[in-house]
Amino acid sequence: MAGADAMPANAYRTGAHLFGAMRDAAITGLISLGLFLPLVGFQTITDIHNVLILTTRWPLLLGLVGSITGCRCIYLIALAPRLERGALRPPQRTQALLGNLLRNWFIPFAVAFVIVYPMLVVLAVGFTGAVRWIDNFGVQILIYVMLGWGLNIVVGLAGLLDLGYVAFYAVGAYSYALLAKAFGLSFWILLPLAGVLASFWGILLGFPVLRLRGDYLAIVTLAFGEIIRLILINWVALTNGYAGITGIPRPTLFGIPFNAEDNGFAAVFGLEFSPIYRVIFLYYVILTLAVITCYFNVRLRRLPIGRAWEALREDEIACRSLGINTTNTKLTAFAMGAMFAGFAGSFFAARQGFISPESFTFLESATILSIVVLGGMGSQIGVAIAAVVMIGGTEIMRQLDFLKQIFGPTFDPTQYRMLLFGLAMVAIMRWRPRGLIATRVPSAFLKTRKTISVDLVTEGRG
Amino acid sequence: MTARDGPTVLRVEHLTMRFGGIVAVDDLNFEVKRGNITALIGPNGAGKTTVFNCITGFYRATAGRLALQRGDPALWGALESLTDSGKRGVVRPGGTLFLLERMPDYLVAQQARVARTFQNIRLFAGMTVLENLLVAQHNPLMLASGYTVLGLLGLPPYPAAERAALDKARHWLDRFGLLDRADDPAGELPYGAQRRLEIARAMCTDPVLLCLDEPAAGLNPRESAELNELLLLIRDQGAVSMLLIEHDMSVVMNISDHVVVLDYGVKIADGPPDAVRNDPKVIGAYLGVADEEVARVEAEVGL
Repeated sequence: MAGADAMPANAYRTGAHLFGAMRDAAITGLISLGLFLPLVGFQTITDIHNVLILTTRWPLLLGLVGSITGCRCIYLIALAPRLERGALRPPQRTQALLGNLLRNWFIPFAVAFVIVYPMLVVLAVGFTGAVRWIDNFGVQILIYVMLGWGLNIVVGLAGLLDLGYVAFYAVGAYSYALLAKAFGLSFWILLPLAGVLASFWGILLGFPVLRLRGDYLAIVTLAFGEIIRLILINWVALTNGYAGITGIPRPTLFGIPFNAEDNGFAAVFGLEFSPIYRVIFLYYVILTLAVITCYFNVRLRRLPIGRAWEALREDEIACRSLGINTTNTKLTAFAMGAMFAGFAGSFFAARQGFISPESFTFLESATILSIVVLGGMGSQIGVAIAAVVMIGGTEIMRQLDFLKQIFGPTFDPTQYRMLLFGLAMVAIMRWRPRGLIATRVPSAFLKTRKTISVDLVTEGRG
Repeated sequence: MTARDGPTVLRVEHLTMRFGGIVAVDDLNFEVKRGNITALIGPNGAGKTTVFNCITGFYRATAGRLALQRGDPALWGALESLTDSGKRGVVRPGGTLFLLERMPDYLVAQQARVARTFQNIRLFAGMTVLENLLVAQHNPLMLASGYTVLGLLGLPPYPAAERAALDKARHWLDRFGLLDRADDPAGELPYGAQRRLEIARAMCTDPVLLCLDEPAAGLNPRESAELNELLLLIRDQGAVSMLLIEHDMSVVMNISDHVVVLDYGVKIADGPPDAVRNDPKVIGAYLGVADEEVARVEAEVGL
């Protein structure tokens, strides 16, 4: 008895903790067994006589359940207590440090990197290999950065949940494609026109949904996105339906086209023809467009209209009591967001040379919205980082050919994209529920600009 | 407190508000004099906030006329012709006259210059104290930014207008003792400071009439006394008339020049505070008990 008394109290606690962890892990194992038994344990395959055969995969099932149980056990014993201790510490210091690091070091570096990116790629992999890297990573990501920043006005600042943002992207793309083919107008004339048309549609959508909030608004915008897509599919005479529009004119540099002919870019400048010039040109066009979007975002936030958007997100009734016309304020948010989608859309059409309704599905809206949400609503840098991770991640998975050598020739890494997105979402929800950059920077200050923890900021319920 | 007999700024006539079969406000008539603090009191559910919502345009009154006048009192002469004309208001160089029941809520604030606070504080919690005051100056700033176009390009007069707006915000923050919290999020302020901020925000709209819905609710006696001082200070500057709903009788009796008492949507008393507090109908409405009981409670509250 004396020995037991002498034992330190926390040794006893550790013993209980161990037992508890084991029990918890066993329960987790049982749940996963129940879940994976039908999903993994049994498999049906069709044999050469087209007959279904039920086979079992016990080793795989046991392996899965075993590793889940083991991981849970290790997590509970080794990781959870440490995390708990970490949670007790005030998080302010790391937050502030992260903020400073972002402002002083990361942003200038990122800007410089984005500017010299095409040169770096050309230097690294040469002319032929660079096309793929600049186009798939640079241009593709920048389109989504721009779309994210555009949607950020509607969702992040004004707090209006828009699930049909891709509709305006489609309007921009089809405006450019149809007008360019019908009237032969140049990209540079049609780019602003596509923006204007898209913002017109933004206002058109805005009017009926002004009185809706939150979930209801989200449903209607979702439906609007689908309506636009269905019109594009079914109005065959105008849009050529599923087949899409081909041969969309490419943008030119002050009238100099990027082709192999005598008046083409390469010939004019005495260079050997290569598709790389056009890709680099497109890269800088979308970079400029994205920078303009960012500039608008930053400037608008400090203007009365931007403050009114944020105030609208915080409390609509208080806004009205201060004499703010909430109808106009919401409509300008919709129009402004749609305008940037229109710009991005017309760029997309000009870059692809081919568009079809396939490019404007709900999945696109969801991707853009998740970029905004993951990045932290209202945060410019957050949205950019999220776009790089989400879109760059997808593209990287397309490039992972070496995995085929490990998992066999039928293995397609892009098939796992949604699974990884799901994991990323769960991780974000768990650790950063308000997005990567979860602080709000005030638009004006008297003495010091203190960032505001996003816990105080309303999420925007429409 | 003596009632100051200035010109009328707000005239409420035959105001009636029905919600389905319920009559929340029934044929209410009263006036608010310029530079006065008029208190609207009554037991819970008497219809005080409904009156506020009608005046500020959040509800559309079922019937009645709500006229607000600014500047030259001679404009009251135009009231009948304005009512017949079907227009919202008359704007003359010497002043304005508006029929509030014809205007949507944001125009009541923007054009007729009626500012209000809310019973449950409605601040922009995620924005700083300063930003709250800048949002209140939205309309003049919007004009100065050329409806955003000039502002985007950084062209005048927006930068000057923004500096002026910051100065005005600083002035009211100083006045309300919130200057050192200017850069903190409004949601982090203590309750009493949030109440003060809401009034400061309303003052930033340069109101003609300030409607305060229970400004002293939830304040401790010291904060409540400070608030009284502030409201008297604003009143003595003369530009703003105040209409306030209050349950705290010490506030009502100390600062109001005129008291209107509502019970079940009907006006039961109207007059200077001293007259109202001795009115047996008012005492009955509040306490609803026999005379000796009233006498006891009166003794308790020091009458």
